[in-house]
Amino acid sequence: MPDLTIPGYTVVHEKPRSFYPVCERKPEMQHQTHYCPGCGHGIAHKLIAVAIDELGIQDRTVLISPVGCSVFAYYYFDTGNIQVAHGRAPAVATAVKRSRPESIVIAYQGDGDLAAIGAAEILHAANRGEPITVIFINNGTYGMTGGQMAPTTLIGQTTTTTPFGRNVWNEGYPLHVSELLASLEAPVYVERVGLGSNKQIMNAARAVRRAIENQVKGLGFSLVEILSPCPTIWKMNPVEAQRRVLEETVKTFPLGQFRDRTKSAPARPAAAPVPLFAEIPAILGLANGASPAAKTMRSGETIDWRVRVAGFGGQGVLMLGEVLAEAGLDAGFEVSWLPSYGPEMRSGTSNCHVRLSSKPIDSPLVLHPNVLLAMNEPSLRKFLAPVEPGGWVFYNGTEIPQGCAGRLDVHFIARPFAEIAGNAGDARSANMTMLGALLEATGMLAEERVLAALRRRVSSGHWLEVDRRALDGGREAVTKGVRHES
Amino acid sequence: MSKQLIKGNEAIVKGAILAGCRAFYGYPITPASEIAEAAALYMPQVGGVFLQAESEVAAINMLYGAASAGVRAMTASSGPGISLMQEGISYLAGAELPCVIADIMRGGPGLGNIAPEQGDYNQVVKGGGHGCYRTLVLAPESVQEMASLTSLAFDLADKYRNPVVVLADGCIGQMMEPVEFPATVVEPQVPRWAVTGTADSRPNLITSLHLDPDDLEAHIRHLEAKYRRAEREEVRFESWRTEDAEIVLVGYGIVARILKAAVEQARSEGLAVGLLRPITLYPFPGDELRRLSRRACAFVVVELSTGQLVDDVRLAVEGRRPVEFHGRAGGNIPGCEEVLALVRDMIPREQMADA
Ligand SMILES: Cc1ncc(C[n+]2csc(CCOP(=O)(O)OP(=O)(O)O)c2C)c(N)n1
Ligand code: SF4
Repeated sequence: MPDLTIPGYTVVHEKPRSFYPVCERKPEMQHQTHYCPGCGHGIAHKLIAVAIDELGIQDRTVLISPVGCSVFAYYYFDTGNIQVAHGRAPAVATAVKRSRPESIVIAYQGDGDLAAIGAAEILHAANRGEPITVIFINNGTYGMTGGQMAPTTLIGQTTTTTPFGRNVWNEGYPLHVSELLASLEAPVYVERVGLGSNKQIMNAARAVRRAIENQVKGLGFSLVEILSPCPTIWKMNPVEAQRRVLEETVKTFPLGQFRDRTKSAPARPAAAPVPLFAEIPAILGLANGASPAAKTMRSGETIDWRVRVAGFGGQGVLMLGEVLAEAGLDAGFEVSWLPSYGPEMRSGTSNCHVRLSSKPIDSPLVLHPNVLLAMNEPSLRKFLAPVEPGGWVFYNGTEIPQGCAGRLDVHFIARPFAEIAGNAGDARSANMTMLGALLEATGMLAEERVLAALRRRVSSGHWLEVDRRALDGGREAVTKGVRHES
Repeated sequence: MSKQLIKGNEAIVKGAILAGCRAFYGYPITPASEIAEAAALYMPQVGGVFLQAESEVAAINMLYGAASAGVRAMTASSGPGISLMQEGISYLAGAELPCVIADIMRGGPGLGNIAPEQGDYNQVVKGGGHGCYRTLVLAPESVQEMASLTSLAFDLADKYRNPVVVLADGCIGQMMEPVEFPATVVEPQVPRWAVTGTADSRPNLITSLHLDPDDLEAHIRHLEAKYRRAEREEVRFESWRTEDAEIVLVGYGIVARILKAAVEQARSEGLAVGLLRPITLYPFPGDELRRLSRRACAFVVVELSTGQLVDDVRLAVEGRRPVEFHGRAGGNIPGCEEVLALVRDMIPREQMADA
């Protein structure tokens, strides 16, 4: 072996420990990489492996292999390994890091992977300041698929998909990822380095190590962009390719640090404490029974209330239905509540289907109600016809509108419910006056069930009182007024 | 634990957390957004992760990351978002990663509308992504099942190391019914194959890549064997008044609820009608349909689509009995009467066929 001693340097005849000594995952030639001679990927891998060794984080490291020539990075790194879909390494890395905050997550990506198909993922991971390390290989082409244009391809450069050279009018300009990410608030460290000479490689080694060390220190998002030779696609020998990085590529992609907030980055807040296991049901509101559901079914009572509530959005239509369902559940009945949903939600109208039954509920849809609560005229017109003979119709208005009075086969209760609510305290609780009227007229549920349900839904004492008075107002409107009742 | 009146979408999240789910990554879409909203509320409080992703593409890949790290993770979306997730779902299946995806179906194609539909059946049940893989698919018909099937979904995902989809529609997602949650809380476990950034897990590799054709074929056969096992062990369905049924209605999700009402009504009219409700859409209860086809004269499949489930029913019945189809789409839901009219219309025909 020739004498390679350089004064002041120790020559190490060893692979970094973070590389497998033999690449057993590789189908053949397990003592060498699959990269072409002179490929920048091999050098970049070495810089990462050395940094992992130096930082003593081999066990903690999770390497994310992309799609591209480096898809097999996991052949070489003796670390935890995850191979992912084209461009999505930052999304995967985000979740690995958030799942295992103690791990050191390194996403390794090419320029097609990161800057084209994965542009959204890298931008958002950087913008969220995910505390991960991204090593970004800019070789100006799609190596793996045979040399098509990358977002980083130089102007005028020919590739298999830019046979006449990259034309800015057709393909736009080379994408400057480092500059772009450095325009965001969150990233802590963004630097572009090259592999164009030994000096550049030494500098790249320092940058890669810093980008990983930042993560070890718990700092935020770090990315190193590495201008990397691809002799095969560039149709050059390794020496020429390296020279091209040194002399050509750097003209479009100047080297340098675009962001370094490693000293000034604010400390990340500590993770929220994890609750005790036994506390989880209470956190989910399940502990002591949000709804007591004491099976107090009134003996032998068979009921089948099919209620449709309808009105303008904002009139409390859905809430009326919810209170009814909740109170019904309390009373020991089977219940369902289905909001108007879909096309009907447009145009500001709102309605819901409520069922209270002593038997299991088949369809929660109420197409033929035996109770209709119509809070406005359009709702009455729309839903009156399907009401079952013998059913109840409550209408918020004094006059039964023209064309609706013909239903003599239903109990019609038309009252100015909004006005009654206004007199009782607040016109906005018209839904509760209608509910009061419903309870009074049909005896559907005991008042205390409804009040208990209201107490669970309405947290403000003021509104609870308003609603209670409105309920009473609605009851009175039924007992006193007999207008329009048939 | 007592019953709680909650929305289907919220029940999914509570069921998931009780089942040990500690990560939700998702992107808002009507009618599934309440799932993300409930997860945003509860996940941080139980020591889990909630993150609103930049897209469904990112969300499904975040699931890939969380699952790789051995966390029970889920996402939720609807038609357009599920379409975007398909590549990721294929990767998850290929890499044998467990996760749960809730699809609260809406109208399609394209932007369609936000009303309930069942048009995602094909893309979910048949595996809308590339390659020979399946997702296990559970179809809740009630809010109770939104909770309990989500919980089951996590167990199946782990058992088979495969994505499991909870396929519901806008109606079930949006409606409220009483739910009884389990009294036990599942403690999250870290599987041994996960990559967690520890000395023990250092040799682990998550990948769907098998360059060598023989290797890939062996891997595909291994996946296939898992699916065959699921077909033997996991088929679930509800067979309702089918034992003496001459006409068997078939439907899942909200449709099954309407069909139950139709069966009730038909029986009161003296018509021998029953319901077969697949609970697992994959694996599909084909054997049960074949068994029923020995007695029943005809099947009626009802769907909120122009006919997707019906293909599987026809495959199962193997042409031995007529399989009629009634579908509504675009957000319209068939009423019980609509189905009954069809059934009443068929009975004389069937009786004639018998005679
Ligand atoms: C969704 C998808 N689209 C396309 C591909 C094909 N593909 C594989 S690698 C690659 C480009 C990789 O280029 P780059 O990221 O620059 O890495 P390099 O090979 O140059 O290292 C493409 C387009 C794929 N695997 N997946
Ligand atoms: S094609 Fe280029 S990037 Fe790919 S291995 Fe060869 S030299 Fe490296």
